[in-house]
This record gives sequence, structure tokens and C-alpha cells, in this order.
Amino acid sequence: MEAGIEISLTVNGVALSRRVEPRTSLVDFLRYELELTGSHVGCEHGVCGACTVRVGGAIARACLMLAVQADGAVVETIEGVAATGEVFDLQQAFAEENALQCGFCTPGMLLTAQDLLSRTPEAGPEEIREALSGNYCRCTGYHAMVEAIGKTSRARVKGRSA
Amino acid sequence: MTLRIEKGRSYIGESVIRPQTTRLLAGRGVFTDDVTLPRMLHVAFVRSPHAHARIASIDSTGARALRGVVVAVTGEDMALVCSGWVGTLAHFQGMKSAMQRPLAIGKAWWQGEPVAAVVAESRAIAEDGVSRVRVEWDPLDAVTDPETALDPSTPVIHPELGDNLAFRLELASGDADRAFGEADTVLSETFTMGRHTGVTLEARAILADFDPSERRLTVYHSFQAPNMMQDILARHLNLPEHDVRVICKDVGGSFGIKVHVYPDEMATCALSVMLGRPIKFTADRLESFVSDIHAREHRVKAELAVKRDGTILGMRVDDLTGIGPYSVYPRTSAVEGNQTVRLTPGVYRFRDYAATLRVVFQNKTPMCQYRAVGHPIAFAVMEAMVDGAARKLGLDPVEMRRKNYVTADMYPHTSQTGYFFERLSHEEALDKLLEISDYRALCAERDRLRAQGIHRGLGLCTFIELTTPGPAFYGVGGARISSQDGCTIKLEPSGKLTCMTGVTEQGQGTDAMIAQVVASTVGVPMEDVRVLTGDTMVSPYGGGTWASRGAGIGGEAALQTGKAIRDSILKVAAAMLQCEPDDLDVRLGKIVDGPTGEVRLELADLGRVAYFRPDTLPKDFQSELTVTRHYVPRHQGFAFTNGIQLSHVEVDVETGFVRLLKHWCVEDCGRIINPRLVEEQLRGAIVQGIGAALYEHLVYDEHGQLLTGTMMDYLVPMAAEMPDIVVGHVETPTAFAEGGFKGAGEAGTAGAPGAVLNAVNDALAPFGARVTSQPITPDVVLKVLGVL
Repeated sequence: MEAGIEISLTVNGVALSRRVEPRTSLVDFLRYELELTGSHVGCEHGVCGACTVRVGGAIARACLMLAVQADGAVVETIEGVAATGEVFDLQQAFAEENALQCGFCTPGMLLTAQDLLSRTPEAGPEEIREALSGNYCRCTGYHAMVEAIGKTSRARVKGRSA
Repeated sequence: MTLRIEKGRSYIGESVIRPQTTRLLAGRGVFTDDVTLPRMLHVAFVRSPHAHARIASIDSTGARALRGVVVAVTGEDMALVCSGWVGTLAHFQGMKSAMQRPLAIGKAWWQGEPVAAVVAESRAIAEDGVSRVRVEWDPLDAVTDPETALDPSTPVIHPELGDNLAFRLELASGDADRAFGEADTVLSETFTMGRHTGVTLEARAILADFDPSERRLTVYHSFQAPNMMQDILARHLNLPEHDVRVICKDVGGSFGIKVHVYPDEMATCALSVMLGRPIKFTADRLESFVSDIHAREHRVKAELAVKRDGTILGMRVDDLTGIGPYSVYPRTSAVEGNQTVRLTPGVYRFRDYAATLRVVFQNKTPMCQYRAVGHPIAFAVMEAMVDGAARKLGLDPVEMRRKNYVTADMYPHTSQTGYFFERLSHEEALDKLLEISDYRALCAERDRLRAQGIHRGLGLCTFIELTTPGPAFYGVGGARISSQDGCTIKLEPSGKLTCMTGVTEQGQGTDAMIAQVVASTVGVPMEDVRVLTGDTMVSPYGGGTWASRGAGIGGEAALQTGKAIRDSILKVAAAMLQCEPDDLDVRLGKIVDGPTGEVRLELADLGRVAYFRPDTLPKDFQSELTVTRHYVPRHQGFAFTNGIQLSHVEVDVETGFVRLLKHWCVEDCGRIINPRLVEEQLRGAIVQGIGAALYEHLVYDEHGQLLTGTMMDYLVPMAAEMPDIVVGHVETPTAFAEGGFKGAGEAGTAGAPGAVLNAVNDALAPFGARVTSQPITPDVVLKVLGVL
């Protein structure tokens, strides 16, 4: 579209440029322009957390950000962190505890949990529940997620001290 | 050296990991909105801003002039392609509803009803187009309050129906009047249960792709019942059934929301037929709140007749429920109320019961079946009445229940309302619950803390769950919804198994459950089984997944198919090894000699010979390595399950806030295929029940305007407020099916609201205050405390 604005950014380690409409949200840009459909759209008003991605290393709601605001930024999505193996142990723990059912909230949950554990390596159940409370899950009731994240936290802490 | 396998392996009862989680955890799920097709267009809808209004005119000129807009369509245009529907079932005698269409014609009957559609190159442009469609509205009085919906002074929503009554039912068992005459005490209460909805995190989505060259329609649909939708699309779009293919890829939550016919989804398919191009519709959250089915708006008056010793003699129930302007097609909106009044007394042995149900029309979003249809209302009412009576009589709530349960010696048992119970386990479940929760210690702690001004409460809720429905549910009423399901298993040349089933996956773990049953029955490792669901072109015909039917029906079909293909495999093996099939067995994916366990053949060798070198087999032998079997429950209408929940709460009597401390559930779903999956079904369902009890509320004003239409206004349970949930099991397999499986998907939602309500009332007991409505928001608590 001629009316678009050119942006350049790095997504999952790949530097790229695109012309985007100013009104396009970051999550729509990721999903429809880059076909990174792992980031999901649950509410488009910043409440549910399904669209959580990392921008410049910090988690962000990709439905509340415009793609043009990501010009020059480093963006990471679930596809990126899954490919690098960064969240492999979390993914494993989620599978073992059945901390996902339909899987729609899961990418956002993993990125949120990873963010928590990077800031608070020894997060307890209360801190985990608090950290997840910006992400909706309608299937699990959260219990299994708290278990899975706690398990990962303990294993990582143990791995570091060993 | 001879390799021996003395024993096969069963996965039944093991908490194996669901195979599909790997994909979902990597962000590689494929939800309907993730699918993109060549030539694809997007649709957005003009929805009525009024609850009830005449449409004076629709002018789409502005939309059509917009660059990127392909077409703007009204109800009249669409009626040429797609016929309307009426949501009634013949077995609900006297039921009526009005003709509903993909796009309303002439009038709109609820705020959010689609009246025009704009198709464009992108969703954003389609929405731009919607904002340029000019509709001239002539607002009419809205009917919102079910209490006055039948008053002569209230406008009739559909004049052709004569009144606003959709369905009325009277039930009478024994002699309720006599029971009330003999009672020492009578408890009367009125319960007001708020509207809420499913809030699937993935909103409804559909992508319809009509190919005009072959006149075939392929639909990608976030849905629970693909064959039902195939039938409906074929009939309403006038296409041959076998030219309609419905594919359900990953479904981001369903809970009964994605099992109904929605006008915007029908319109999307009709537009694809009209334009000959793929059209995608993904609801945004704001339109979800006004267009997904709503649930549970009830006003229940209940009376309980009780002896001084706590024996329940009888009960009267009057249920009034408002369903919006239409009964939803094709399952109808009468099922919720029907199940409420039929389920209410079922846990208990008293026989004298009378119930009245009135289902009325109103100008709000249509209401229909949502997870645990009718159950949460039935058991919140029943169990609140039991606790209320126990409190009034100074009896222990546990002993009051025990005295009145249908007990182990009474099975098989038929309930007051005609439900057949093969065998339930109320006493065993209660005992187990008291044990795992250390109930008596919690009671002592509650009493101790009360003296310190800390107000904790404990609430029990016993429930039954209707699972595994046979044709009596929908088929006999004329709905073309399959109660049977098929399973097909194919042995691949490599010796691996591909399995297709009519039941579907929305996160419950259907794939894992089916793979466990198949692997155990055939005798192969679970990783050698791949399961495919949700494609009408390839899956055997079936009902899909709803009403807790996946394990009870799909699991049994898989078991029977597994047995059949195992027999087929052994016949090929016997032909190859020149022995009798009965001498052989399949264990861990190998053909073994039955008595000794000696490995005789690899399945891969068997597959190679059967497919590529059948010339080496006897001339009169034909191998059959793709097998299909079907199953429908034939011996009982439903496989009822049971259980009990306990909620532990603390109420802040100054702010009215309810804090959930912990929750326990003991349930009996028959033989358990995968304990962890059952536990997670229960936990998720309990949290949905808690949402209804404490947070979720679709609030309307008197004009029928929804006031809680965003996720900021409509609260769903979040991680921080939710308690840990402890689950225990009792196993009473059904003897009517070889696997013994029943359902487990809705038990959590059935009992949680009653448990929370009773816990709050237990905490408030010292104040003589009592809540009889949900959600129990802080202002509700403060009102019953007399603070507000």
C-alpha cells in the first residue's frame, strides 16, 4: 500500500523492512504480514495477554502497540523463543503438568512465565499467580500452570547452583 | 536368541502426556484465523445498536464506494442464497420460536444482531465499510425482564407467535402437596442467577471457501460438531451434503459456545457461495460479548419440605428463564431450563417433587447451552436449600446430606423426574471428600477464627452430571445431530496406526484419550498411534465433542475398532506364519506367540507383506487393515456420573470481598482413561463455575443495552484470585459399555457455584445474613449484611 510507512525492525533475529498502514497493530503485523501466527488475538484491548511478545527484551501486548511503534525495535515471538530453545524447559514442564488445554493462551503464558523467572528466579506460588494475572486462561483454572512454572523455577535454580 | 514379550501394556489409567501439546507450546497450533487462502476476503457486520428496532432503511452506498470493499449485503439479498431456521425440537411439546435469518430483515431483535455485511480485501477495510453503512432505525420497546415478559401489557416480540412464551413444562412426581402437609418445617427461597457467557479465548471464527467450478463448499470452523454444521450448511445453502466439507483445526476453547448456529457464521458461508471466493470472519471481542450465546439467566423459587430430623419429604421448584429473542438452532434454548428442573432433586431419595418451568423471549442476546447445561443452577439451588434447612434445624450439613442421599443399596435407580441411574457413589464420594479435605479440622478452625472476627465458611455441593447422551437428547426431537460416533483405524505399511474419530478436540485431550484406548486395545506403543479429528471428508460420521460424550462414546468406539483391527492384524499374521489367529497376540507392536510370548513378527513386516507382497499369501486370503466401527449408547439414555465439591472461603465483612482459600472435588466418571486429563477438566470447569459464582455477569439496562461488553467490565477468573484445587476420584465403571468410560467435562462447573454459595453463606451465618443470587459480588455481600 503506497500510503504505508516504511519500518525496519528485527523479528526473531531476522532484520526486515516493510511498509505498513499506520493503524496496523503490532500483532496484526506479526500475524498477517509476517505470518507468525503463534501470537494470538484474544481481546484487542490489552486485557487477556494472548498477544504477549517481547519488544526490546521486555514483554509487551502486541495488540496495544502499533507496528510503526516497533520501528527499530527487536521483537521476539513464541516462534523465536521456541526455536532458540530458551524456553525448552518451560515447554517441557507445561506438557508434563498439562498446563495447557486449547493452547490459545499458551504462547503468551510462556513468554510471561519466562519474564517472571528472569526477574524472580525463585518465584513462589503467590508470585507466579500474581505474574500470570494479566493473562487469561479459560481452560485450565491456572493450577497446573502454577505447578509447571514452579517446577521449572526449582530446576533452574538447582541447575545454577550445581 | 528368542525375544519374549510376556505381557502387553495398557495405557488406560495412565497420565500420559498429550501428544499435541508440543505443537501448541511451540506456537505452531493452527487456529481458524491462522488459515489464509488464495483470493480470500474478509467480512464485517453491521449490528443493531438497539435491543428492538424496526429497520426503516439500509443505505450501503458509502460502503460500496470505498476502495477495497467488494460488496455490501442486506438480509433480503442473502435470503436468496440461505434459508432461515427455527430452533424448536419436537420432543419439547408446545415449544415455539420465530424464523431466524443470517441477516435480520425488517426488524432487529437484540443489540448485536447482524443486519448487513460488508466484504472487503481486509478486515480493517470491511470495518471501514461497516461504519459507512447508514441504517435508519425506528426503536421499539425492549422486553428485558423475564418476570414481566408474559404480562398482557408487555409487547409481544414476535407477533406471529401470539405471546412471549417459548416453552412451558410441568413436572410432578408423587404428591408434593402431601409432603408439604406433613413437613415440620418448610424453607422457601428465591434465587436470582445472572447471565454470563463462555468467553472462549479464541473468539468464534469461520473461513468459508466455495468453489463455484465444482459447487463445493469447504469450511474451516472453530467448532465442536463438524458433521452437524455440514448438515446445516448443506440444507440451508441448498448444496448436496457430500459437497460440503467442514474442517475443525485447533479450537481455542469452546465450552458449548461453539456448538450452535450463529447468523454471522451462516452469513459468511452464504457470502462465499454468492461471491465464489473464500471469506473469513473472526469475531472481535466486542462483538463476541453481544453475539456469542449467553447462559443461565434464571429466577428460581424453591420450597423444601423437611422433617425435624432432617429427612427431606418433598420439593417445589418454579424456574423462569429468559432466552433472548430466539430459541437457538438446532439444539434449542429449552434444554437449559429443562435440565435444571429435571436435575434439581436427583441426588436425593425423596419422591414428592413438583416443578414448573417457563422459558420466555426477551430482547437480549440469545441464550443457549453452555458447559454443564442447567446443572450449576440445579445444584446451587438444591444444595443451598439443603444447607438452609440444616441451618434452620440446627443439623450438621454433612449428616443432613447423608440422611437423604440415594444410597448404594438403591441402584439401579430412577429419579423423581425419570432419569435412570445405573450406579452412583454419593456416600463414597462424600467420605473421600471429608478425608482429603480434613473437613472436620477446617470446621474447628472456622469456629475458632470466628471468635477473632475472621469469617471463614465451608460449602458442600453434591451433584450428578449427565454425560454420554444417546439419541433421546436431540435425535428424537428431529435435530440431525449424531449421537453415535465412528472410529477408523488404518495400519500403515510401516506398522504404525492412523486413527480417525468422529469426536473432536478443543483442548480436552481427545487425541490423547483416543490414542491411549487404541494403543492399549491393539497392543502397540502409544507413540505408534496418530489421531486425526474434525474433518467431515475423512473422519467417520459422529457428533463431535459436547455433553461430556468424548470418552463415553468416542472412547468406546475406539475400543471396539481397536479390537477389530487387532483381529484383522492377527488374521494376516496367521496367514503369514501358517498358524491360527488365536495362537497369536499383539504386544508392544509385535506379533507374539500367545502362550510363550515369543516374538514371531514385526508389524512393519506384516504391513510390507500385506500391502506390497500379498502374492506371498494364500490365494483366497484378503487382508483388511483399515477397519471402522461405530458406537452409540443403546442401553440407557445417559450415563450419569456424580461427585461432590467443597469450597473454603473467607469473607471480608467490611468490604464484601470473598477470598477463595481452597477447593476440593471428588468425582466419579467411571473408568478413568487418563487421571491427569480428568483432573484438569475438573479444575478448569470448577474455575468456570467459580467465575459464575463470584465474578462473571452480563448486565443489561432496562433498554436491553449490554453494560458489560468488554473484558474490563466483564470479569473472568484470573490466576491471582483462584485457589489451589484438590481432586480425588471414585471409579464406578458403567457396565453398559465394554470400556466402562463415562464423561467428565462438565462436573466441575456443575458443582462449583453451589459450593461457593454455601461457603459464603456459612461465613455469613453468624450475621444471620444469606445470599441467594449470583454472582456474589462485594455489593451483594454488603447488601445482605445490611451495610449497603
